[in-house]
Amino acid sequence: MYNFDLVRPSTVADAVAALGDEDAQALGGGQTMIPTLKQRLASPSKLVCLSGIAEMTGVRSEGGQLCIGGATTHATVAAEAGSYPALAEMASHIGDPAVRNRGTIGGSLANNDPSACYPCGALASSATIVTVKREIAADDYFQGMFTTALEEGEIIREVKFPIPERANYQKFVQPASRFALVGVMVAKHADGVRVAVTGASENGVFRWKAAEAALNADYQAASVDIIDASADGMIGDIHGTPEYRAHLIKVLTKRAVAAS
Amino acid sequence: MPKDSGIGASSKRREDVRFLTGKGNYTDDINVHGQTYVHFLRSDVAHGRINGIDSSAAAAMPGVVRIFTGADFEGVGGIPCGWQVTDRHGEPMQEPAHPVLAQGKARHVGDPIAAVVAETAEQARDAAAAIEVDMEELPAVIDMAAALADGSPKVHDDLTSNLCYDWGFVEENKEAVDEAIKGAHHVTTLELVNNRLIANPMEPRVALGDYNAGTDEHTLYTTSQNPHVIRLLMGAFVLGIPEHKLRVVAPDVGGGFGTKIFHYAEEAFCTFAAKAVGRPVKWTSSRSEAFMSDAHGRDHVTKIELAMDENGKFLAIRTDTMANMGAYLSTFAPSVPTWLHGTLMAGNYTTPLIYVNVKAVFTNTVPVDAYRGAGRPEATFQLERVVDKAAREMGIDPVELRRRNFIKPDQYPYATPVAVEYDTGNYDATMDKLLEISDHAGFAGRKAESAARGRLRGFGVCSYIEACGIAPSNLVGQLGARAGLYESATVRVNATGSISVMTGSHSHGQGHETTFPQVVAEMLGIDEAQIDIVHGDTSKVPMGMGTYGSRSLAVGGSAMVRATEKIINKAKKIASHLLEASEGDIELANGAFSVAGTDKSVAWGDVCLAAYVPHNYPLEDIEPGLEETAFYDPSNFTYPAGAYACEVEVDPDTGKVEIMSFAAADDFGNVINPMIVEGQVHGGLAQGIGQALLEAAVYDENGQLLSGSYMDYAMPRADDLPFYAVDHSCQTPCTHNPLGVKGCGEAGAIGSPPAVVNAVVDALADRGVTHIDMPLTPSRVWAAMNG
Amino acid sequence: MVEVSMTVNGKTVSGSVEGRTLLVQFLRDDLKLTGTHVGCDTSQCGACVVHVNGEAVKACTMLAGEADGAEIATIEGMANADGSLGTIQAAFQEHHGLQCGFCTPGMVMSAAALLKDNANPSETEIREYLEGNICRCTGYHNIVKAIQAAAANMTPMAAE
Repeated sequence: MYNFDLVRPSTVADAVAALGDEDAQALGGGQTMIPTLKQRLASPSKLVCLSGIAEMTGVRSEGGQLCIGGATTHATVAAEAGSYPALAEMASHIGDPAVRNRGTIGGSLANNDPSACYPCGALASSATIVTVKREIAADDYFQGMFTTALEEGEIIREVKFPIPERANYQKFVQPASRFALVGVMVAKHADGVRVAVTGASENGVFRWKAAEAALNADYQAASVDIIDASADGMIGDIHGTPEYRAHLIKVLTKRAVAAS
Repeated sequence: MPKDSGIGASSKRREDVRFLTGKGNYTDDINVHGQTYVHFLRSDVAHGRINGIDSSAAAAMPGVVRIFTGADFEGVGGIPCGWQVTDRHGEPMQEPAHPVLAQGKARHVGDPIAAVVAETAEQARDAAAAIEVDMEELPAVIDMAAALADGSPKVHDDLTSNLCYDWGFVEENKEAVDEAIKGAHHVTTLELVNNRLIANPMEPRVALGDYNAGTDEHTLYTTSQNPHVIRLLMGAFVLGIPEHKLRVVAPDVGGGFGTKIFHYAEEAFCTFAAKAVGRPVKWTSSRSEAFMSDAHGRDHVTKIELAMDENGKFLAIRTDTMANMGAYLSTFAPSVPTWLHGTLMAGNYTTPLIYVNVKAVFTNTVPVDAYRGAGRPEATFQLERVVDKAAREMGIDPVELRRRNFIKPDQYPYATPVAVEYDTGNYDATMDKLLEISDHAGFAGRKAESAARGRLRGFGVCSYIEACGIAPSNLVGQLGARAGLYESATVRVNATGSISVMTGSHSHGQGHETTFPQVVAEMLGIDEAQIDIVHGDTSKVPMGMGTYGSRSLAVGGSAMVRATEKIINKAKKIASHLLEASEGDIELANGAFSVAGTDKSVAWGDVCLAAYVPHNYPLEDIEPGLEETAFYDPSNFTYPAGAYACEVEVDPDTGKVEIMSFAAADDFGNVINPMIVEGQVHGGLAQGIGQALLEAAVYDENGQLLSGSYMDYAMPRADDLPFYAVDHSCQTPCTHNPLGVKGCGEAGAIGSPPAVVNAVVDALADRGVTHIDMPLTPSRVWAAMNG
Repeated sequence: MVEVSMTVNGKTVSGSVEGRTLLVQFLRDDLKLTGTHVGCDTSQCGACVVHVNGEAVKACTMLAGEADGAEIATIEGMANADGSLGTIQAAFQEHHGLQCGFCTPGMVMSAAALLKDNANPSETEIREYLEGNICRCTGYHNIVKAIQAAAANMTPMAAE
């Protein structure tokens, strides 16, 4: 790692102030950031550690929504998001137990890894990303792999999840990284079905709208039989071809519907 | 009734206490006063001409002690190769130079170009980033077939081509094999890839060089399976340091699996640089560095043909392989696709005619060398896959086809057509045991149950044989080895009767500290706790060749037995004096010497004390003291064999393979510690299943390693694997070593890949699948199922 | 430099570290607690697992500065007060749950974290919990057996 200064603010206000410095960067749980720093792929002058900010931690319910602080660990979500079981289940399979004890939802969403689970959860849930400056709808937030609507120094204070009537996440793991080779979350909301896909597209997490339409017409796994996800723009790597990923999207979507 | 100590007992491992309490002493745990740290600047291109290196800015960075480049090693030897293969035409292999730091060209991603020695590891790395290398990128040679094509760019400009050697074995049989295949009732042909692997012991390599200018003595602490081999290669061939001025210490080593056999540039660098800068120099590999600097394994592309008569009797085998050597010849690389591979092509069968051709190829990739099994997994995989395919084509049950061709128990010693002589075995017995412990009879029912759940179930078997206990010296010398392959032991009996055994074998997980004392305790009739093993330090143990090729017990253990026999002989002389009896009447039992037919006896401890306090002692006949050394060089390899079965379920929607059960029936000859033997098999199975389903080192066409970290190189995890059913009760003891042991370290990794692939192909046979190349990733399996 | 202070295996320790100093470096290099190992640089192998405030954490993926004020437990603190092997350690020896020993500290720390939360895990739960701990020697068979045995040995004979 290149060297940097480490600061540990205890309030959001102090964190925002610290992030005002040039080349300062936020540090969530560090489970992606620290390996990235080890590879010397980033060289912040200052890391602003968010894990000690109490007001950004925890899970609560408000107005029928599940609100999760940006610095809340995956382990905490897995344990405390019982009112949204599909999301708790998703959190319980991110990384491994030690990673879940450090990694945070805000860190994951800010990074927007194209194979991460939470972007899929947020998009399928139609979550709202609450930053220190504004509220961003999930549909506007994800802008391609490793790219989000966040501005420089803007940190995720909280994520608000509407709780769907039915939902399920199917993760097919890439056997080395244990990220999703493909992951699909299906969420049936009062105002419609949302199907979000991670791991598959070169543009990061996306909604499979053809499946949403089919499921809005008839919410059952068989409804997906007649449509195919296109292999165009899908990731091809040593773990799977674009055609395979496209195929998995359909398989996992059907399984998610059946299990929801 | 299981024994609770000595040979055959599952004694608990004494080494565990330090490992379980954080008191292990691994190389990276060692720090020497005044130590500096080196960071290697490694090539980020697979093939490039180094037109210049400007390290002036880097040299001025904080903490930098000195920066080295290839020019600093011009008067120094290169990293040597320890085995010379002679090709089909009687010519020696092409053997390129391998400088410690790249000179002129970089030949693979990871090839070290410069080295920064600094006060801290981070400072060294900071400065390395400031070195400016004027690198002219050249076309990279990655694919083996392309590397052999006319006009291919050359990895080494001074060689005639990228062909290291074209080896034929047995060359005199070639025409007869061709004829037999031409005239056979049926020939089964299979083209396959034996995937490139990375050994990945969990402890990354470390080297720490120290130099004492007052005594002109060098010390190298290193993560090695064989410190004397490193001392020999580095001292004699690279740095010109005589043995008495070079101490190599390999303390606790966190796994090896072959990749810590070899002498590496980083070891030579740290030893050299410690003298050059006048301070100790330490290198600790990161895992990312390990991926591009540890020797890789396997990487063969093969076509095999099996000729049969109408009854499925094997008539001839012809096999053609391209074997990747990588950019340089690692220590034992040339031997792996030849003598460790071609000699096993008979397998467990009576095939009378065999011809093996191997073309070894240089490419712009990391050097490839021995990895658990080394050559024998590649032989077993192609043979057991082609036999399985042949069974389907001939309409004969795969187990039955194997049985029809097994060498039978009354045929030993059995000379194969590929130059080895199996001393003993019983392949029907291990197959019978396998079918029992794998519940072969219940498979049809389980398959139906799986089908009811929409899953495709398959059952695959494999029989294997390996040659291990790697030795004997005179034979391997004829085959091109540039070292002997004996083993050594010194048994030092102390005055109170406690014993230190100095062994040339090296334990890096095998449990020698527990099992070796079991043998000596059994021979002497004393408590195991009275015996300690000393290993891993050239200043403490006699010249030994180390641990690989499942040789520790068969060769190192035999040396220890011989030394202990010498101890017993001398102790009996002392006892006969103390007991005033004829030496021929002295018997050793339960830790006491007695006079046959009398109640006169003297305890072990009293004899030992007499040897060191020789007041009442036959000084005119024998020397005081009780310490003996033996070097053991066996007359043959050992031949462990067995049969493995794998049962899988395939999810037809996703192509995902799940291992439902895995059974292994091995014949290791006699067993010293069943618990440890079973543990060795478990580990080998996991690595073999890993090769079959998960692991692959993959380069892109530019020579970048796509699987360059655990993010893409899939290591087997606990949830990828089942409990294994293992059995070693079928025992045909080795006939030519004193313990009757054969070795168990590699078997699991040899027999499991074909069992897994045979099982998956069995599951998918109804869908027309006849072969899938490893690793059988879901994507590949799904593609195979869907044409 | 950052001043840090924490409790490690019950003892208060402090030191001065760079911002980039990892917790594992602080343990190994500054405190000379070399039982915690580094086997990778992508936060996957788990050789470095320690407990931070009672939870399993990869010490190679946490900055020393982040551990300021925390309670840390390492493999060196796992034995009984009299120096004998603790229940999990003893089970690993009894069931041959280790070979080269390099992954072992992380395995034991992960096993301890698992059994703290789940006193009677199934085989599947054990295997899934060990997703972040790679062993290259044992094929996991005896590690799983050892953890099952440790769980059985830790279960109170009778509920109060």
